[in-house]
This record gives sequence, C-alpha cells and structure tokens, in this order.
Amino acid sequence: MTAVLPERPARPIGGRLVDQFEYGLDAPICLTWELTYACNLACVHCLSSSGRRDPRELSTAEAEAVIDELQRMQVFYVNVGGGEPTVRPDFWHLLDYAIGHDVGVKFSTNGIKLDKDRAEQLARTDYVDVQISLDGATAEVNDRVRGTGSFATAVRALENLAEAGMRDVKVSVVVTRENAGQLDEFKALTDRYGAQLRITRFRPSGRGADVWDRLHPTQAQQRELYAWLLANGEQVLTGDSFFHLSALGEALPGLNLCGAGRVVCLIDPVGDVYACPFAIHENFLAGNVRDEGGFQRVWQSSELFADLRSPQTGGACTKCAHFDACRGGCMAAKFFTGLPLDGPDPECVQGYGETALAARDKELATPRSSVDHSHTGPVRGRPTLLGIPAIPAKLCDESPLAGADLG
Amino acid sequence: MPTTAVAFDPSLPWQKARSVALRPEPFGALVYHFGNRKLSFLKSRTLVAVVEALAEHPTADATLTACGVPEAQRGTYVKALADLARSNMIEARTSLPPATRRLAADACRQADQPEDS
Ligand code: SF4
Ligand code: SF4
Repeated sequence: MTAVLPERPARPIGGRLVDQFEYGLDAPICLTWELTYACNLACVHCLSSSGRRDPRELSTAEAEAVIDELQRMQVFYVNVGGGEPTVRPDFWHLLDYAIGHDVGVKFSTNGIKLDKDRAEQLARTDYVDVQISLDGATAEVNDRVRGTGSFATAVRALENLAEAGMRDVKVSVVVTRENAGQLDEFKALTDRYGAQLRITRFRPSGRGADVWDRLHPTQAQQRELYAWLLANGEQVLTGDSFFHLSALGEALPGLNLCGAGRVVCLIDPVGDVYACPFAIHENFLAGNVRDEGGFQRVWQSSELFADLRSPQTGGACTKCAHFDACRGGCMAAKFFTGLPLDGPDPECVQGYGETALAARDKELATPRSSVDHSHTGPVRGRPTLLGIPAIPAKLCDESPLAGADLG
Repeated sequence: MPTTAVAFDPSLPWQKARSVALRPEPFGALVYHFGNRKLSFLKSRTLVAVVEALAEHPTADATLTACGVPEAQRGTYVKALADLARSNMIEARTSLPPATRRLAADACRQADQPEDS
C-alpha cells in the first residue's frame, strides 16, 4: 500500500506579494541569529529565556561557516541578537566577517559594551545597524522589567553612538502595559539622539510567558496604540509586530502576515533552527545548522517549514470579516497561551481572543519551552517587577559568562 | 555612490544598478540594494530576465522586445522599470568610450604615483 501524502496547495502565479510569501521563499528575508544565551541582564520578559551561556554554542569557525552559507544563499542581512551578543568574545570578529561576506548585520544590544571606542568603530563600519533595547522611556519604568541601571547603560550607549556620528541607530521598545502610555516620550527620546524608534509586540515567549498576564497591553491600550501607529507609523519601524491590529480598520505599514518558517526564522546559539525567534519550542524546531546540508537544507527541505508554507484555510478566523488584514494574528502568541493555532490571537481586537482564553481547559497546562538559560543565581540589579528585592550591585558578581573565555 | 533617481526614459540605455543584487525566487526575484539597504521584489520571471538583460541592449525598449514582452503588456513593464529607476534599483547607463576611460586612469596614475612610468 502506498502512503497517501496530504496534498500541499500549489503556489499561485502572480498576485499579491503577501500571498506569495505564504508559500515561502528560497531563503529567508527576516533571519534572526542569536549568538549566545549569555546575558548580563535578566529582563523579566526575555523571549529566549537567556542568562547563562550554553556550552554547546557555535564556535567561531562554525559561525563563520554559517555566514559563508548565508552569503551563498544571498541572505543579504541578518538580525543578530541573544542573549547579549556583544558579550561573545568573538562578536566583533564575526561582525566584520559577516560584512566582509555581503551579509549585513543589524544587532540588538542592551548597550553594555558600547563605550566610546566601540561607538567610533561602529560609526566607521558600513553595513551595520545598531539597535538598543529599551522598555521604558524613563529609568523607573524601564528598570522594573530590565533591571536596575539598564536604562542608564542604554542611554550611555546612545550618547556614545550619537557622539561618534553613528547614523540610523534604532531604539527598540517592546510595548507593555507599563510603557504603552509613553510612546510620545519614546519618540522624543529617540529624536534627541537622532535615532529611529522601533516598537514591537510583547509576546508570551520565553520568560515573557510568566509575566504576560500582567504586562500585555489592555484592549484600550491596543486601540490607542493603533491610533498612534496610524498617526506616526511612517516614522516608526514595526516589522510584523502589529498586523493583528489591522482588524481595527486600515492596514498598518509593515509586513502583514505571520512569516514564521515562510520568510522568517531563527538560528539559536546552539545552531537550532526555529520557525521564528518567538517560537523557541520543540514543536517549531526544524533542524540544526550542524546537520548534514546545513542551514540551507533545513530552510528548504524541513517538513515543518513545508507545513507552515501554505495559506490557512480552516479554523474560526477564516470566517472572520477581518481575516484578510489580520490573518489570525501571531502563531507564537496563540501557542504559548494555549490557544489553537487556527483560531484567534489572544489579543484579537474583536475580543474573540479573550473569549477563547476564558474557554481554555483549566486542566491543560499551557505549553512551555524546555529551552531555558535563565540565571539560576542572584543577578546584579535584578528587575523588581516580580517583587524580588534588588540585590546591591557590589555584593554579587556572578558572571553571565561563567565558563566563557572573555577577551 | 549610485546615481540619484532620474526620470525613466525607455529609449535610453539602462542597467541593473551596480550595488544591486538579484536573488531568484519562485515567483520572480528579490532585489537588494547594498547601498541604501532597500529590499524590493520582482513579481514575474520575465521582469527578472528584463532587468538582467538591460545592460546588453542599446535601450530599455529594445530589451523588452528582445525578452519577448507582448505589446499589450509593455505599459506594465515600463511602469515596473520606472518604479525600479525611482528606487535606484536600475540606473541609466553611461558607457564611457574606452578612450576616455584610459585617459582618466592615466591622469590618476600621474597624480598618485609620480615615480611610476
Ligand atoms: S509567530 Fe508571531 S512573531 Fe513569529 S513570525 Fe509569526 S506573527 Fe511574527
Ligand atoms: S477573529 Fe481572528 S482574524 Fe478576526 S480579528 Fe480576531 S484574530 Fe483577527
């Protein structure tokens, strides 16, 4: 007997780009590469549950091999993150290596290593973009989730970059219940340093799942955010963050579909390839760059990605009048809140998400990632959101890089 | 630096901009400009062929003919090329006569390396 394989719908010829994107591309256009799970901070909402370095992280030579492959596949730029990528001793080498191989780099950092010298070095380098993470327009709001002193570190990095003449610096903000009212302040702050504001959606990924109930924006805040984006959207970067808000009316600028495994993916520090940086979970693990055939084989031939590369045809959302704009929202947000992937987003602006959340089976635990590199010991300047008292800076010196050879 | 955007005239010679790379995709190609880091898409394979072939023909019009673009679709293709010109993905070709080029190189050499030759 021959096995009957489920038919995969064939790619249409012509038509809108978003429809083409649903069928995937030969290489990603939004590739995130997290270089290390090590981080000097312990943000409460870290999407990758970072903290401690993983001993299996890619070596310098392996990372170079990935870059060579990206060059061959014509992946023209990558979003580098972590953990805190700049604490990898070979970070600056890999940056130069990538740029030298036609792979531009945009890296996200909390600013810890961006002193005046590094700022000048970056300003001299073509083809690199820096993105500083900040989750409050004031130290008070920021440090509660990112840790005491982290606002000052980020602002110092911004000052150094501005002084060095670095252009197109980005400030990346995860919109939460606590900072949603600060959008104008964020805009003013970034303008002050000649930087550009990028706001992204808070998703219940990594440690974010633990604080999602407390921190995700309320329905009222989402409506205000939507209005703010309509008024300011052209000057603010959002990536694919807020397309679920399109169901409120007009489509917002940006990528309006879930690109997971289609145009988006993540290479994690140990080389595992996931459908999306917000989906670090075995269900979305497509392979590893160390496997035979490398990243290209994973991207082009994995079963998981093939499954993700077709338009959604069933489920409650396909019957919704807003489906064409909203497309059912974010896969990761649904998954980590225990909702079905073909149903509404937990933050569905039509309110169906809340209904679905309320109807969840209380007996069933929400899925959790087994990948967790959170600090286990005390951390300097620990965030206070969770009510754990801050540890005085000097008393504790646990290094996030225990075991790493710091240059 | 690439030239600044010029109005698109299909009766002139054009080429894919020198800082632009095309990545083939099932529906056409992804266009990437290494200078301004803009990403764009070519939504048909014929358009990809046209962009690649621009440099080999005396004019953009001639390229369209050579690539077999049907008369009825010419307008669409000219518009697509005009969009690409506006975003600097293709550039007007100014093939300098070889003599001029040699002269420029010589001038350089004289200025920089007087001990040479
Ligand atoms: S899972 Fe969510 S974050 Fe990831 S690509 Fe889809 S919409 Fe974007
Ligand atoms: S029901 Fe689904 S498609 Fe409709 S607005 Fe909500 S999430 Fe979007």
